[in-house]
Amino acid sequence: MSSSEKSHGAQSVSGPKLIELRDIEKRFPGVHALRGVNFDLRAGEVHALMGENGAGKSTLMKILTGVYQPDSGEIIVGGKTVTMPNPRAGQDLGISIIHQELYLMNHLTAAQNIFIGREPRKGLGIFVDNQKLNANAAAIFKRMKIDISPEIEVGGLTVALQQLVEIAKALSFNSKVLIMDEPTSALNETEVAHLFAIIKDLKANGVGIVYITHKMDEVKQIADRITVMRDGQYIDTLPQEDTPISKIISLMVGRELAHASRAEGKVGHEQVLKVSGLNAGKMVKDVSFTLKKGEILGFAGLMGAGRTEVARAIFGADKVQSGEIEIHGKKVKVKSPADAVKQGLAYLSEDRKRFGVVTGLSVRDNVTLPSWSRFTTAGFLMKDREMNKTAAEYVEKLKVKTPSVSQIVRLLSGGNQQKVVISKWLLRDCDVLFFDEPTRGIDVGAKAEIYKLLQSLAEQGKAIVVISSELEEVLRLSHRIIVMCEGRITGELDGKTATQESIMHLATQRQSKAA
Amino acid sequence: MNTTTVSQTDFAKSGMFTVATLQKAVAFAVLLLLVVFFSLMSPVFLSWSNAINIMTATSVNAVLGIACTLVIISAGIDLSVGTLMTFCSIIAGVLSINLGLPLWIGIPGALLSGAAVGACSGAIIAYLKIPPFIVTLGFMRALYGLNIVVTSAKPIYFDDQPKYSLISPDSSISALIPGLGIPNAVFVMVLLAIVAAIVLNRTILGRFIYALGSNEEAVRLSGVNVNIWKVGIYALSGMICGIAGLLLSSRLGSAQPAIGMGYELDAIAATVIGGTSLAGGRGTILGTIIGAFIISILSNGLTVLSVADEWKYVATGFILVTAVYVDMRLKYRG
Repeated sequence: MSSSEKSHGAQSVSGPKLIELRDIEKRFPGVHALRGVNFDLRAGEVHALMGENGAGKSTLMKILTGVYQPDSGEIIVGGKTVTMPNPRAGQDLGISIIHQELYLMNHLTAAQNIFIGREPRKGLGIFVDNQKLNANAAAIFKRMKIDISPEIEVGGLTVALQQLVEIAKALSFNSKVLIMDEPTSALNETEVAHLFAIIKDLKANGVGIVYITHKMDEVKQIADRITVMRDGQYIDTLPQEDTPISKIISLMVGRELAHASRAEGKVGHEQVLKVSGLNAGKMVKDVSFTLKKGEILGFAGLMGAGRTEVARAIFGADKVQSGEIEIHGKKVKVKSPADAVKQGLAYLSEDRKRFGVVTGLSVRDNVTLPSWSRFTTAGFLMKDREMNKTAAEYVEKLKVKTPSVSQIVRLLSGGNQQKVVISKWLLRDCDVLFFDEPTRGIDVGAKAEIYKLLQSLAEQGKAIVVISSELEEVLRLSHRIIVMCEGRITGELDGKTATQESIMHLATQRQSKAA
Repeated sequence: MNTTTVSQTDFAKSGMFTVATLQKAVAFAVLLLLVVFFSLMSPVFLSWSNAINIMTATSVNAVLGIACTLVIISAGIDLSVGTLMTFCSIIAGVLSINLGLPLWIGIPGALLSGAAVGACSGAIIAYLKIPPFIVTLGFMRALYGLNIVVTSAKPIYFDDQPKYSLISPDSSISALIPGLGIPNAVFVMVLLAIVAAIVLNRTILGRFIYALGSNEEAVRLSGVNVNIWKVGIYALSGMICGIAGLLLSSRLGSAQPAIGMGYELDAIAATVIGGTSLAGGRGTILGTIIGAFIISILSNGLTVLSVADEWKYVATGFILVTAVYVDMRLKYRG
């Protein structure tokens, strides 16, 4: 799929400058967020903005959309110096942003979301013209070649489809400048290809796109130019064509990274987990697999293939209709996450902020949460000192970047939050760990660290399941790969010989009736 | 930034605790402002006897406020605290007057019945997944009815138990320091506030109260039996309502079946003015105590100034909305 799309972004663009940012400075209390940043965007180009988390990309984009005002520097839109006192001003200048975290009203329909505040009216402007509203939305969806009913409630859609609704909303503004903040983080390969086709369309219509991403292959596929930022500083702007990935990465992190490698290390013989005939809800159909000590088992598949649902069912987070689970050769009943944890199972959710960490609590409290009974005297008084000590040990061991163990988790970066989640399960002595999208929203440097961590956990004898939508990640980590499609396992591959193509083949192998 | 240092930097101070501290400081400043204002307006206000009036008047609402605070930090709500308070005072009356049992049965009986009713509403909330607002609204109405039914709408007088007045109006401290005259109710309030603060900050129950209010699903997926803790939180809140019931009936010398409705709103107001977030995850006992004092000083001060009673509701409403506004401003800054 991706091979046919590979070569279309490369031609250099010389359209007129839509926007230009000159010497932008921005300080927050205690942080010099942006130091003399330059950036420009031409009509009909995709300009990738890259940098590790905390490099200042989001701050820069907030300045470009009127959320923040720069301390100094110039913003030039369409050749004129402008000020944007609020986000509305940015929108009026034709600048739209699609956030990584979606801002949709779950109980409203797709069409209502797209045209919120701009509904077509009838009857002296008192009533909403629903027919026209839905027709307008349908027209945008048609242009994007996606199949979403304008009348469907947004809350019931998958994350991928919700994101497409957000993009439709931005398109409905006829914006000249579109900022996309990691638009593909929740999309599968088909949906990504789809999005890229839409981006190509927009380019042809003279729209300029600022594309924020951590994914190198995407940059190579669609970007015309690349600007790299690091620690709030502007590093360089390069034409994509002449810039190898290794160069981009070294500019981003300021050091060279080791090349991606395949899974190593020996898998034990001891079977730790055996699942047979698992059925749960509509998304898990007759799933059976085994997992050995020291093994990393990859779960690949498209969005909505049922991989997350398998993990949640085994973990007791969702109801199971039928099926058996054996742990260390013993049949067990897991009715709740509490049961699962007692059996040594751990589930690290794809949605860290909702299901992984308690963002309002400290690092210490999060790390000790599943093991609380170990840190109480008389069953209810907390042993603060021991909690601090233990948490500090894990902070040290996993290299969590935090000023102290009493730091509120909300203030940590995504990679460090993930390490906090891993810490809490290690402390609980879990030996079967389900990682659901372990590196989503995590920057390149921290990603490599998480990979290393997973590998060393396997070497220490933990049994690990990695669910990932990034094929590269699955291939890099897994000893063995299970591929799912529409709730069923469609195949199993050896980690050493599997390829992106062989996985995609299995991931799209639908039951005959659906094909 | 160092990788693993366990030291304080200015970074760490930008957490939620600063916001909570600031919020309390603001509430406390408002409290002082009110005291100064009323003192300037009326010489009566700053008298010792009026101070005792204020403290006594605050005690019941502050205790109910503590019950509400625990539940609200856990992202729940308890609308039944008022009528449950009355229910507990009636249980104390039934046991120690109607059945003629000694007070050492009547008083714990009242507290245990409060805990039991709280556990019931907690269990319904946790296991049947009915929103706490609905469940406790139901309990508020049901208990109001029960209170009338059990007593046949007649007050139960504690005249046969003269020692019952030891709970609230008597002043044990006067025996030590004559003339001080602080009633026992005030000491009960202070003691309870200290215990509740310890529960919140030093016990695992307190940790789960904050954790549930911050992100219940993440706690559940951490393998914690969330339901049992919820039952515990509402049971504790119910028992504290029992303490409020004892305080009130001891002061009145009787258990009055028709009162109780409306107390929950004052308690929630005190909680919110004190900086506890209705969305859960944030709040302190000290804040709630300050909130309760703001409400009663406002009411007392206006009475001293002979302002019509109705105006105190207007003023309380104004303070409530202003407090939440200030709270939100502080949160965005923090």
